[in-house]
Amino acid sequence: MDVKNLKEYLHWLYYQYLLITGIYVLEPWEQSIFNTVLLTMVAMIIYTSYVFVPIHVRLALDWFALLVQGRVDHITHLSG
Amino acid sequence: MRDIRLRSLFCRTTEENGKSNGVAHSWSKRESFEQAPMYVAVLTYLGFGIVTLFGYFRDFLRAVGLEKCHLAQERDEQKDFVPLYQDFENFYTRNLYMRVRDNWNRPICSLPGPEFDLMERVSDDYNWTFRLTGRTIHNVINMGSYNYLGFAENNEKFLQPVANATKEYGIGVCSTRQEMGNLDIHQELEELVASFLGAESAMTFGMGFATNSMNIPALVSRGCLILSDELNHTSLILGARLSGATIRVFKHNNMQSLEKLLKEAIMGGQPRTHRPWRKILIVVEGIYSMEGSIVRLPEIVALKKKYKAYLYLDEAHSIGAVGATGRGVTQLFGLDPSDVDVLMGTFTKSFGAAGGYIAGKKELVDYLRAHSHSAAYATAMSPPVARQIIRAMKCIMGLDGLTVGIQRVRQLAENTRYFRRRLQELGFIIYGSQDSPVVPLLLYMPGKVGAFSRAMLERKIGVVVVGFPATPITEARARFCVSSAHTRDMLDKVLCSLDELGDYLGLKFSRRKCTQFELDS
Repeated sequence: MDVKNLKEYLHWLYYQYLLITGIYVLEPWEQSIFNTVLLTMVAMIIYTSYVFVPIHVRLALDWFALLVQGRVDHITHLSG
Repeated sequence: MRDIRLRSLFCRTTEENGKSNGVAHSWSKRESFEQAPMYVAVLTYLGFGIVTLFGYFRDFLRAVGLEKCHLAQERDEQKDFVPLYQDFENFYTRNLYMRVRDNWNRPICSLPGPEFDLMERVSDDYNWTFRLTGRTIHNVINMGSYNYLGFAENNEKFLQPVANATKEYGIGVCSTRQEMGNLDIHQELEELVASFLGAESAMTFGMGFATNSMNIPALVSRGCLILSDELNHTSLILGARLSGATIRVFKHNNMQSLEKLLKEAIMGGQPRTHRPWRKILIVVEGIYSMEGSIVRLPEIVALKKKYKAYLYLDEAHSIGAVGATGRGVTQLFGLDPSDVDVLMGTFTKSFGAAGGYIAGKKELVDYLRAHSHSAAYATAMSPPVARQIIRAMKCIMGLDGLTVGIQRVRQLAENTRYFRRRLQELGFIIYGSQDSPVVPLLLYMPGKVGAFSRAMLERKIGVVVVGFPATPITEARARFCVSSAHTRDMLDKVLCSLDELGDYLGLKFSRRKCTQFELDS
């Protein structure tokens, strides 16, 4: 029962996607072209974020740590 | 797009300028033009953008030769000439309209009453050509025909006079009104129309569009000024352009804009010579069929009297459909019909016939009889059609001794209020005033326009959807025309289907809580 509901729900989601992007009016082969291009772009975005986002996040955290460390050093230098 | 506003009549203006209309002011007109959430506008543009890109892609394929072009194209010898088919309108027709073309021009095979029969039509090549399968879809509920008072009916008793007129006069008149086409049935019809409207005299014409486009040139000419509403019908715009007068457009139903234009016109005069304008004519409609809004007549009459302009009121959709006894917007607001200089209307919508009329003072109508292009060159109205209008009008006025007419007018008002209230409760965005039987329901996105019409037809309800050239590009809509012949069951069936479709397609954009509107009966 749940699988059937899930299938219907996914079908409804796909229908909403077709309506909202306006793809509903196009012929099936044009819909396939658009879906292919969109999925390719989404795949590229996911791959890029998988490869690069951790590195960027680590670099940003290092920079902030350096900033905090620099301030602590400056204060100890002034007081000591 | 405009915000939610409740508009009430401006009592102050009319009281300062003449006798007041006590009856009308106690009833505030509620008009709403709710704005959709921002994401709807963004997604609409996105949808149009994507389909336009695919349009360019298909045009490229056609130009290269990978695809056959089904539409007209220039011949090889003409390739160096000025291009005929490259403008946006043709691009739009080729690439957007053709894809959803099956929702319009559907063939009907019965009379357009509250229910009708459609011929089933399929397309094998994505709407470039159609073929009829031979099957008929019976008893489709008709929410698109302008059948406000239900006179599109096949009742033998009511149609007997029309059959007798056909036998007596024939169908064709074979002449213009000024030559030999002025029959006694036309005289009878014109006297009846004048007494129906409360005007001194009236003249009828064979075609409603031609009434506007051929008579405005007879009333105004070069050296006159026409102030026309932004959303006026094509027939009024065509008549205004043909006349040669200067045209200035004021914002839809916006009295500040109109007053500003009037002041500038009176102070500035004609463009280069600054001589006073020979005539200033304000052209408005009673009900605007794409918006469902009703004109703010008391304010316009007050402005007209203050600045000494003339008023031309086109009551194509409002005659017979609004007002306590069906006399139109003048009765709805409690105004004297002689305040409006030129009362124009058509018989196509509420009377189940064809043709138009112009009514007003006797001098005006006598002038038009002599000088109108329609009177001089167009064939006169056909006698069976005139007989149908006479019987419909007598029915509404109650002159045939029955109360059928007034019952229909009241039924229409009740149906209108019920339908509009339920649609707002369901959460759709509706435009227009609460009394207007034309109900535009906003769809916004181009994909949903085609899906809505097809899905409603599957549920055996016929609706009219309207898209870009007739409406602004982001405001595609479905337009319902409520009729007095619709029973409560039919309206409930339509509302139930709309409820389901609204959830399935995602059309319930309204963000306001529903307020209580009282039912008429």
